[in-house]
Amino acid sequence: MATHTLDITKEHCPMTFVKTKLKLAQISDGDILEVLLTEGEPLNNVPKSATEQGFKVLGIEHVSGNIHKVTIEK
Amino acid sequence: MSDEKKKLSLIAFSGDFDKLTAVFTLASGAAAVGYEVNIFFTFWGLDAIKQKKGRSFVGGNLLTKIFGFMMGGLHVAPTSRFNFCGLGPRIFRKLMKKNNVATLEELVEASTALGVNLYACEMAMHVLGLKQSDFIHEVKDTLGVATFLEISEGGRTMFI
Repeated sequence: MATHTLDITKEHCPMTFVKTKLKLAQISDGDILEVLLTEGEPLNNVPKSATEQGFKVLGIEHVSGNIHKVTIEK
Repeated sequence: MSDEKKKLSLIAFSGDFDKLTAVFTLASGAAAVGYEVNIFFTFWGLDAIKQKKGRSFVGGNLLTKIFGFMMGGLHVAPTSRFNFCGLGPRIFRKLMKKNNVATLEELVEASTALGVNLYACEMAMHVLGLKQSDFIHEVKDTLGVATFLEISEGGRTMFI
């Protein structure tokens, strides 16, 4: 089980979702993906869409400023 | 995850840079959040999926070849407003890059990477003298209205 990190804090819609989805497709089942993202659309919807697609959101934590870290298990 | 798969079908009629940007933004975004996405390219929209992305004489006879050259491919798509003889799309591409927003080409790449289904309109291809081999290999099939309706049934459909 490996842990991967993805920083989408500089990305805009739709690439926030696109990069997360492509990364989740690349990693192996059971791997962890830590996504760094900003408040607003990414924070509201990345965890939601990951859950809807059958991934497990293990946690959301505030990093600094408007940046948060969402931990997803594939 | 819900049992029923969400579905979005887009009819890409326009070959304009800005409208194609809307098509591929919706397509890649929807595919990324788990939708099945279908794009049906017709008329000017077919320019977006041509293998030759610049200007080339694709077509069946002299007239359609001239049309093919004038219509061009993805890289020469004009903007619907502020085209300024082709300068508009260059300015928009620069602005998009500067603001870290995905360019049209990146959105197309993301859409195909996420498995968006691309279809070409058989009737428009016939009129413009285009063959499936003139399109990028990701184009799944050549369709008519009946098949498109079948494919899009049960989801949302937009005309752009």
